[in-house]
Amino acid sequence: MKTSWQLYLDLVKGLWRENPVFRLLLGMCPTLAVTTTALQGFTMGMAVVFVLILSGVVISSFRKFIPHQVRIATFTIIIATFVTITDLTLAATFPPMSKALGPYVPLIVVNCIILGRMEAFTSKQPVSRSFMDALGMGLGFTLTLIILGSIRELLSSGAVFGYQILTTQAAGGWFRPWVIMILPPGAFITLGILLGIINTFSRKS
Amino acid sequence: MRLLLIFISAAVVNNFVLSYFLGICPFLGVTGRLKSAFGMGLATTFVMTLTGGITWVVYHLILVRFGVPFLQYVAYILVIASLVQVIEMFIRKSNPSLYRALGIYLPLITTNCAILGLALFATLRDYGFLQSLVYGFGAGVGFTFVMLIMAGIREELDLADVPKPFQGAAITLILAGLLALAFMGFSGLIYA
Repeated sequence: MKTSWQLYLDLVKGLWRENPVFRLLLGMCPTLAVTTTALQGFTMGMAVVFVLILSGVVISSFRKFIPHQVRIATFTIIIATFVTITDLTLAATFPPMSKALGPYVPLIVVNCIILGRMEAFTSKQPVSRSFMDALGMGLGFTLTLIILGSIRELLSSGAVFGYQILTTQAAGGWFRPWVIMILPPGAFITLGILLGIINTFSRKS
Repeated sequence: MRLLLIFISAAVVNNFVLSYFLGICPFLGVTGRLKSAFGMGLATTFVMTLTGGITWVVYHLILVRFGVPFLQYVAYILVIASLVQVIEMFIRKSNPSLYRALGIYLPLITTNCAILGLALFATLRDYGFLQSLVYGFGAGVGFTFVMLIMAGIREELDLADVPKPFQGAAITLILAGLLALAFMGFSGLIYA
């Protein structure tokens, strides 16, 4: 039943209860790769929201016409088209950010979140529910990226979104930046600990 | 000599999993047992090598020829999906036991970001045909290598006392971090 409560639930579940990264364990690759700063994480999240919503709406609208045999291939082509648009738009409007995100924007094509949601939900649900689901998943993903990005940026440079919070020793303060946070090991360990902490609280409830 | 450098660089120095964060999904999902990790690694290496070669052909002989290099992502993913489909059919016919062993993991290789990633990198760095092939092979070997290490560690971990919230993905990620730290030791290996 398409009540507005149902749509609200579809939206909200992506934020926490079925958060794509922390609960469904999807979309790990970009989560680790682009979270060196909070702004990068936010931009990547927005790109994924864009692709998710557009692909979701298109696929949901045409779901009755896509033959079952070729559905994965069809989904993939649609997703790849929107990712191409996103990548070119980003490169044109924010070149430095596009360079920083590098190959991870085109890699949205194989982001398991998008294909997974299309397969499990969007291809079987009407457009309104698909839209809400896509938005929720996308926002949940963005939230995760911002959290992880903020932690890594804070510990590696003392700033979050560019705003200096901890004064580094170079600027006369006390904080010694943890360089490891920008590097791959830092990403893995931070996400692992975060996941462990979240699991601790989820188990209690 | 350059081919050897590309191989070592892709396999170890800039390992796809530990440096580029590609292929994390199978890395977290299939490393519970050594056997499945090895099978997945093998299949992925095979697909990666072929992908390196075929995407080179597609890009240089088709996309560039017709002036549509921006169709890269669409074309590459189609190539990869078709390749995996063909390989799946081939393995099912020729080696049914292997097919049953790999199970669901075979079609999952299509969404392995490492494969699309390596195709994109090879195109970006303007590798030649042979170089792309070797690059794909090196990436696959590196991926398999890391899968095996992680699977070995996790099998030992079954006997350890990991806190409940950390079991599974969380501890694997932390271990991956330590592995990545170790692999950073290779970073001076090639003056590139």
